[in-house]
Amino acid sequence: MDMLRVVNLGVKVDGKKILEHVNLYVQKGQTYALFGPNGSGKSSLLMTLIGNPTFKVFDGRIMFKGKDITSLPTDERVKMGMGMSFQTPPKVSGVKLIDVLKYCARIGGYKEEDIYEFAEMLNMKEFLYRSVNVGFSGGEIKRSELLQLMLMNPDFVMLDEPDSGVDLENVAVIGEAINKLLERDKKEEERRRSGLIITHQGHILDYVDADYGLILYKGRVACIGNPYDILEQISKNGYEGCLRKCLREFRNLENLNNQNKNLNQK
Amino acid sequence: MKPETRSATFLQVDQDVEAVSSFYEGVEILSIRDALEKYEWVEDYFWRAIKRDQDEYTKEVDVEDVNGYFIRTFPNVKVEFPVEACLYLKSPRKQKVHNLIIAEENSELNIISGCTSHPGVGSGMHLGISEFYVKKNAKLTFTMIHSWEHNIEVRPRSAAIVEDNGVFISNYVLMNPVKLVQMYPTAYLDGENAKAIFSSIIVALEKSVVDAGSRVVLRGKKSSAEILSRTISKGGVIYAKGHIVGDAPNTRGHLECRGLMLSDEGVIHAIPELEAKYPNVDLSHEAAIGKIAEDEIFYLMSRGLSRDEATAAIIRGFMDVEIKGLPEYLKREIDKAIDMVEKDLF
Ligand SMILES: Nc1ncnc2c1ncn2[C@@H]1O[C@H](COP(=O)(O)OP(=O)(O)OP(=O)(O)O)[C@@H](O)[C@H]1O
Ligand SMILES: [Mg+2]
Repeated sequence: MDMLRVVNLGVKVDGKKILEHVNLYVQKGQTYALFGPNGSGKSSLLMTLIGNPTFKVFDGRIMFKGKDITSLPTDERVKMGMGMSFQTPPKVSGVKLIDVLKYCARIGGYKEEDIYEFAEMLNMKEFLYRSVNVGFSGGEIKRSELLQLMLMNPDFVMLDEPDSGVDLENVAVIGEAINKLLERDKKEEERRRSGLIITHQGHILDYVDADYGLILYKGRVACIGNPYDILEQISKNGYEGCLRKCLREFRNLENLNNQNKNLNQK
Repeated sequence: MKPETRSATFLQVDQDVEAVSSFYEGVEILSIRDALEKYEWVEDYFWRAIKRDQDEYTKEVDVEDVNGYFIRTFPNVKVEFPVEACLYLKSPRKQKVHNLIIAEENSELNIISGCTSHPGVGSGMHLGISEFYVKKNAKLTFTMIHSWEHNIEVRPRSAAIVEDNGVFISNYVLMNPVKLVQMYPTAYLDGENAKAIFSSIIVALEKSVVDAGSRVVLRGKKSSAEILSRTISKGGVIYAKGHIVGDAPNTRGHLECRGLMLSDEGVIHAIPELEAKYPNVDLSHEAAIGKIAEDEIFYLMSRGLSRDEATAAIIRGFMDVEIKGLPEYLKREIDKAIDMVEKDLF
């Protein structure tokens, strides 16, 4: 069953192309890990999927749960079941975290009491009455983002570097929370949630067993495969090495396909 | 406000004092005319913080039929509930007011003053002199909530004199339309360690002109000042001024003006001014004017808020200054005012 289908997506910011010919197909129950060097367009892809108006789609389309959402405003996408945690969310001075969480809970169908339970779980209780993200440390921002996401309880979960700059203890806390959010604790056939997780070091993958890995390179999808293999390749041979290998396999795959075709024709 | 939540009340309509009563022994409240008759020494405070001939408007208030309130705490008295003072402009002429507020040594006093006009009063003018005296170790909080109409001109003239370790806190809220507000309340911190905090939240809707500053003159050693303003223009013209003068050694002051422009019409001028007269004076300021940030709206929308809800939340957040020394019930008053203005801001 379809969760997300990105078809030949092209995106510009300030007239500059930052994503081109991006194709991605995520089924219900699947979680993808998204890799790529700095500036390759990972955050831009998530921003475009959630509908940030700064990112202008000039080509292709985004299908979500079978519906074309390419020109839908963000709040509508969220109501359909998309949710995202940001790499660097803006500070909104005077707007208290608790007030934002109330909206999140409304989207996720939770009661106000539930807010405190989740906040407890993520060690965020003492931040509830502070302006959202104002003066939060790096790790606190990650936890605050995840708290908001958990209360929104989305069907399609996008996480932009949830593990960057987070200490070991908190990676465990965050990892378990994401695992639950994505129903990775359930049997494969029972999972309905899908995920797209950006990570550089892959710490989060120690807790969340992604199904596929994807490399974004210079604004294009360059490689799809086993996320743990990709991670190993990146750490051993860097992105360039990983891509060369990927390309080789891809060619082999293509050759194989062609051979099969030829065989069939014969 | 319920009677059990205030310590005294005062109501003046045009030039007539209609109600004046104190529910608490430690607070004395009188019309200024009665006060001048009752105590000879009141003369000593009358026109001391402000000069009679400061400008043409002070001169206009220097007349026989002036009225206003006299509020005073006795020494060592801490008044928990606020004094509520209300000035009401009913007939289309000039209302002339002269108020005198004295917080005696070691006392604490909290005043909420609402100034308002009768609906549809036509044109009118409110001229008000307010003189505040904060004695040694005393703390005076004065919150003014203005709500006028399109054709009313308002020119308050206020000044405070603060003695050793005294604290003067002034909060000002204006959210309704007005023809003109022009004022520059000033605190003279004469005492050592004296402190003044001015906070204002100003919304200028179409055709309103608001020229509002706050000035603190640091004359006592180690005295300090903080001036905070949040201004929003939806078509109106705002001059957000602030002036801190470091006129004694070891003084400190900080001035922060933030402005939010909500439409193509209107203007906000932020004019912070700092003046140091000694080397060890520490003064700083921060001023910023902008529109609502799109990335903040988008961020809140990603949490399920509609564009309008996100915009309202950000505006409300902008006005939510951490006003120091503001008790909970006053916060609710200000929240109510924000609720009321919210619909006008879209
Ligand atoms: N708002 C913007 N305005 C201008 N350029 C932008 C904007 N957002 C992204 N870009 C550019 O688009 C490219 C991709 O950026 P993006 O943030 O998507 O990278 P990323 O893969 O998430 O990198 P990182 O690993 O560093 O987070 C970069 O060259 C970046 O400078
Ligand atoms: Mg990024």
